[in-house]
Amino acid sequence: MAAAPLALPNNYTYEVAILVGLNAIVCVGLNLLIGYAGQISLGHAGFFGLGAYGSAILAARYGWPPAISLPAAVAGVAVIAWLVGRPILRLRGHYLAMATLGLGIIVSQVLATEDRITGGPDGMAVPAFLVSGEKAWYWIIATLLVLTVWLAQNLIDSPRGRALRALHGAETAAAAVGIDAARHKLAAFVLSAALAALAGALTAHYAGFITPSRASFLHSIELVTMVVFGGMASTFGAVVGAAVLTTLPQLLAGFKDYELVTLGALMMLTMIFMPRGLVPTLEKALDAARRRPR
Amino acid sequence: MSAQLLQSLLSGLTVGAIYALVALGFAIIYNASRVINFAQGEFVMIGGMAAAVFVDAGLPLPLSVVAAVGLGMAVGLLLEKLAVEPARGAPVVTLIIITIGASILLRGLAALVWGKKIRPLPAFSGDAPIVIGGTAGGATLLPQTLWVLGTTLAAVAALWWFFNRTLSGKAMLAVSHNRLAAQLVGISVRRVLLVSFGLSAALGALAGVLIAPISFAAWDVGVMLGLKGFAAAMLGGIGSGPGAVAGGLALGLIEALGAGYLSSAYKDVFAFVVLLAALVFLPNGFAGRGAAERV
Repeated sequence: MAAAPLALPNNYTYEVAILVGLNAIVCVGLNLLIGYAGQISLGHAGFFGLGAYGSAILAARYGWPPAISLPAAVAGVAVIAWLVGRPILRLRGHYLAMATLGLGIIVSQVLATEDRITGGPDGMAVPAFLVSGEKAWYWIIATLLVLTVWLAQNLIDSPRGRALRALHGAETAAAAVGIDAARHKLAAFVLSAALAALAGALTAHYAGFITPSRASFLHSIELVTMVVFGGMASTFGAVVGAAVLTTLPQLLAGFKDYELVTLGALMMLTMIFMPRGLVPTLEKALDAARRRPR
Repeated sequence: MSAQLLQSLLSGLTVGAIYALVALGFAIIYNASRVINFAQGEFVMIGGMAAAVFVDAGLPLPLSVVAAVGLGMAVGLLLEKLAVEPARGAPVVTLIIITIGASILLRGLAALVWGKKIRPLPAFSGDAPIVIGGTAGGATLLPQTLWVLGTTLAAVAALWWFFNRTLSGKAMLAVSHNRLAAQLVGISVRRVLLVSFGLSAALGALAGVLIAPISFAAWDVGVMLGLKGFAAAMLGGIGSGPGAVAGGLALGLIEALGAGYLSSAYKDVFAFVVLLAALVFLPNGFAGRGAAERV
């Protein structure tokens, strides 16, 4: 990642790299929830949007410096996630998917409707962060991504991470051996929501502008697709998924009319032929190649 | 009953009937395959758009309607054959992503083939409103509303007959109860899966054709209609036919009453707020029953 700037010739490629990093931070968090704890969320763009608007409103309307508004917004979203997560995480499977989807839609509709505070569907301008310029932002995002991946990897190998995986396997069985299922699920939910909020707030300050579409159902779907495409229960898979699916629309920008068709077809083909996602499938193939007697 | 209340109830029932048809589609596919088909809303879009395009091309309205439903059904069958069947046995999230991919693909194709402009479809029997509930200040009823309610009723009755009185319908119910046992008594699970997608797609397309004269057809109407249908199916308890109908009507009424009396800007929010409350307090829907987890 430190070598990446050498390969990035201009500001536009920096911009794409920054977007990849921001999405990757969300996906690493979401992967803890979906891939490890096995709890699906179709509403994480809602937390992304709340983080973005939270920091933007505190900075623009109340004059807080972004260095304070950003952590405040992330902490606020974590509290919200804790409050809504407690009742919602008792639901399972499709019911949980529906509940998180509903939450996301409520958030995006509120953001689009309360136009006196949020600027409505047209969005609002966001004050700049401490730094400006693509290169400075690149280093900030890259550092945060490395920290996030490090945190996630450590978490996964800790007793708490093993508890999460046990939950994924069989919740009742995990509870029977003394794992507090509700507490671990809630922790993963709150952590993933806080990471989404962090990426959201950073996106708002980086772009200098935010619209409610960033909190929409379609954005939630994009995030889940990145996680599943890259490979569930693989932190690097989440990063790869974010990288591929963030870069692809940029490459397809010249074929605007075919963007949806290509994206849809790609999602279907990957999932049909690599149901476990890109990275785990490749790992398995590599493993098989290595074991083959020469 | 005040005219405004009557009006709200009428429009709530109309939209609710559409949600009920979409929710039935979700339930049928869920029962056959345990898949939530996120492309369900696109069948609704295809129904409305295709009918409008056929009418524009000079086809008579009844023929256009039948052709649009037929096209929707064909797309549903293709989706099952090309995307769902090859991925059998994949985890639920994977299947969800496949159907979401299908919905994005279908939306893109519709925009490409039919364009992005909004298309009107003529009402089935004129636009002259019928005034009910007193001459002055009464509520008005569009003839299309009667078509929506009547056709939905007929479709629900036909489904009831199909699932309770025909061998194919009973075979589908058997698969939904116990797939392995159904297979052992000689039911072709693959055929049941195919029929379920065809049937759901036809129901969705029918809903699209019915609502198009009231709310227009466009390439992107499928997303919200699909989500509302999913919400209705969940509210009623996923997989339950009567639950889907009750959920759809309840959702339509909540929306219409909320928009009429509280705030029209938050029309889309009420449905989901009530849904969240229902999920928290009745975690298995109106008609659902608690399921024990096998370890």
